[in-house]
Amino acid sequence: MEELANLFHGFSVVLQPYNIMLMFIGIVLGVIVGVLPGLGGANGVAILLPLTFSMSPTSAIIMLSCIYWGALFGGAITSILFNIPGEPWSVATTFDGYPMAQQGRAGEALTAAFTSSFVGALFAVIMITLVAPLVANFALRFGPAEIFSVYFLAFCSFIGLSKEPPFKTLASMMIGFGLGAVGLDQVTGQLRLTFGFESLLSGFDFLIAVIGLFGIGEILLTMEEGLSFRGKAAKINLKIVFQTWKELPRYWMLSLRSCLIGCWMGISPAGATPASFMSYGIAKRISKRGKNFGKGEIEGVVAPETAAHAAGTAALLPMISLGVPGSPTAAVLLGGLLIWGLQPGPLLFTEQKDFVWGLIASMYMGNIVGLIVVLTCVPIFAAILRIPFSVIAPIILVLCAIGAYTVNNNAFDVVMMLVFGIAGYFMKKTNYPLAPMVLAIVLGDKAEESFRQSLLGSQGSLSAFWANGLVSTIMTLGLIALFWPILQGLWTRLRGAAGLRAAQ
Amino acid sequence: MKTTIRNLSLGVACLGFALSSLPAQAWEPTHPIEIIVPAGTGGGADQMARTMQGIITKHSLSKQPVVVINKAGGAGGEGFLDVKNSKGNNHKLIITLSNLFTTPMATGIPFNWKDMTPVAMMALDEFVLWVNADSPYKTVKDYVDAIKSKPDNAFKMGGTGSKQEDQIITVALQKATGKKMIYIPQSGGGAVAVQLVGNHIDSSVNNPIEAVAHWRAGKLRPLCVFDAKKLDYKDKIAGDMSWNDIPTCKSAGLDVEYVMLRGFFMPPGVKPEEVAYYVDLFKKVRETPEWKKLMSDGAFNQSFMVGAEYAKWVADAEKLHEGLMKEAGFLAKSN
Repeated sequence: MEELANLFHGFSVVLQPYNIMLMFIGIVLGVIVGVLPGLGGANGVAILLPLTFSMSPTSAIIMLSCIYWGALFGGAITSILFNIPGEPWSVATTFDGYPMAQQGRAGEALTAAFTSSFVGALFAVIMITLVAPLVANFALRFGPAEIFSVYFLAFCSFIGLSKEPPFKTLASMMIGFGLGAVGLDQVTGQLRLTFGFESLLSGFDFLIAVIGLFGIGEILLTMEEGLSFRGKAAKINLKIVFQTWKELPRYWMLSLRSCLIGCWMGISPAGATPASFMSYGIAKRISKRGKNFGKGEIEGVVAPETAAHAAGTAALLPMISLGVPGSPTAAVLLGGLLIWGLQPGPLLFTEQKDFVWGLIASMYMGNIVGLIVVLTCVPIFAAILRIPFSVIAPIILVLCAIGAYTVNNNAFDVVMMLVFGIAGYFMKKTNYPLAPMVLAIVLGDKAEESFRQSLLGSQGSLSAFWANGLVSTIMTLGLIALFWPILQGLWTRLRGAAGLRAAQ
Repeated sequence: MKTTIRNLSLGVACLGFALSSLPAQAWEPTHPIEIIVPAGTGGGADQMARTMQGIITKHSLSKQPVVVINKAGGAGGEGFLDVKNSKGNNHKLIITLSNLFTTPMATGIPFNWKDMTPVAMMALDEFVLWVNADSPYKTVKDYVDAIKSKPDNAFKMGGTGSKQEDQIITVALQKATGKKMIYIPQSGGGAVAVQLVGNHIDSSVNNPIEAVAHWRAGKLRPLCVFDAKKLDYKDKIAGDMSWNDIPTCKSAGLDVEYVMLRGFFMPPGVKPEEVAYYVDLFKKVRETPEWKKLMSDGAFNQSFMVGAEYAKWVADAEKLHEGLMKEAGFLAKSN
């Protein structure tokens, strides 16, 4: 158990008062960064990176990774309260979190989200502690075909979920693919669909689409409904935390499944966003109360949050051991490592014990500190909903605009956000689902890239997707998920027939 | 917002002009200095810009803070257009990689280095031919012979981006061996190195800093370096090998040479004394231990050039790229 000894050494590094102080500062800054839409973890860490240059690498990474944890926690807050995902992986949290808040159950939803985040992250850290080298080697098996199969699985487990008519779902998803294709095509190096407009060079950023579609669209809808004041029933009592905790252990199976999905997606560099969507989709399929998903079901908050955090945490492992960041934020952290003169790679674990185990110990501590900080703030967050809409809406609007601007430091994006907002309003009015479009914008581009990379490698043959056990298994799982409703129908009929025969 | 900044900087420039008539009053920045990175976070240019930001902050080399901003859209075209359109803005710099030449040629995005003011070359980034350490190829000759002995498209080369430096080198390799290779573009150099470790591709032309960790761990093997001379760094990296022990490709029978500019430009219409301020700042940066560490970690070629010498180097490099891109059929149709 050399790992455990190392871990305790790590704890002794982390538990110095100076480092604990940095941890608190990091978490609070992170939560702020996560709450402001657009100013995501990556930007936040990049902005705060220079602060850490005068610290020792270990203290610096503790503070930066705590900003990362804080941002992961913070992303859930605006998703639940205002239907505005602060981070891409919080989109799935809005599906059930926001309806819960509207029913006056904001405190419950927030507690469930924070606790699930903590469970997911803890699970991933334990995995990193125990099986790091093994897991790192697993990540090496993912070539373009394997990566595509993971995206394929994410799409399949999410397709057909919405209550809306299938053709509207399809239309919405196709528009998403179209928007995702704008900008530079990575594979050929050519510009697509920019029509000579310089503002379209960087394409449609997912965050801008989301801030507009969800945030602005929602504000427009509420305005139409006469500035109604839905959140006022929100309980603002710390007791709600304990009441929710009593309820949560019931969902242990759901949590475990979401943890596994998250860890796997984090390592196989697909990341937290597909993990949250996939986990939500599978939970909806399997849960007894699947029909209630989207109407304020607590399971619909637990599933994506657990998976997103397990993935976000697990994504740090390939970053440390292979030098490949699993998320944009991890990419900035990686840049930090190099600036401090640390070389990420297989040898970091043996050459920089203090650093690596300090980081791992700070994952444990950072998440505990983070949970305490955000849970004690639940009543405060929930109380925001008591502010009259006519006061809070302009503030949200300004925050959205700032967020949209910070994504690329581009004023044109603010206009884009408003356009998306109006589009979102009309889509909601005409009953076109937003989620498939968002999913297509965020993953369509990457799925296309890995698909074409695979085909380049196989010289155009689709056999690349059945070339080995790993990729075939994932593709098969994807197909099963895609045809699940039909399979389920068949199964019930078979069982029914068998039951009938047995009865005869 | 932009106009206010422009007006402000105009005012500042006027003030600077008034002050410059006084003796011994060199120009100095009056508000935060922006460094634009025409690439994503975590890449080579981004690392260099952020390291410099750290050095300038830590050693208080400038009274004004430095801000690093990524404008990666359109293969970096977004960043270059921003600088081109910020005429006279003396608080804006851009760090370049080869997309200074390749992006306008391949995509037709309208900019050219002549639209900007050259400041300084900080270093040249090297390219090394890597294979998996488990592969049977111990030398360039082994690998080239293997390529020649098989039909076209039997070997896969991974690289960063499309129609950019890695693919240009691949095309040059194809010309030298007479056999086509499958080029698989990835979004970043780190990902390329991992694809090679995982045996999903046969070789890569990663920059030293992108692959060194895997080399030290015994997963990758360097075959040759695409520069005219061997790398300067003699510290042992992996086993008893140092960067200096890697032969040049030319000496090993593969006549391909390529280095990448890591340099700075400013918007058009800035004054010589403003450029001089930044040249002086960069000279101070180069003296710090952190910079020297970055240089040796990444096995950079530490050439430093300013003024006419730098402009001439850039002009020559542009010609070279134009030839290579044209030959490879990578030029945009509108050109």
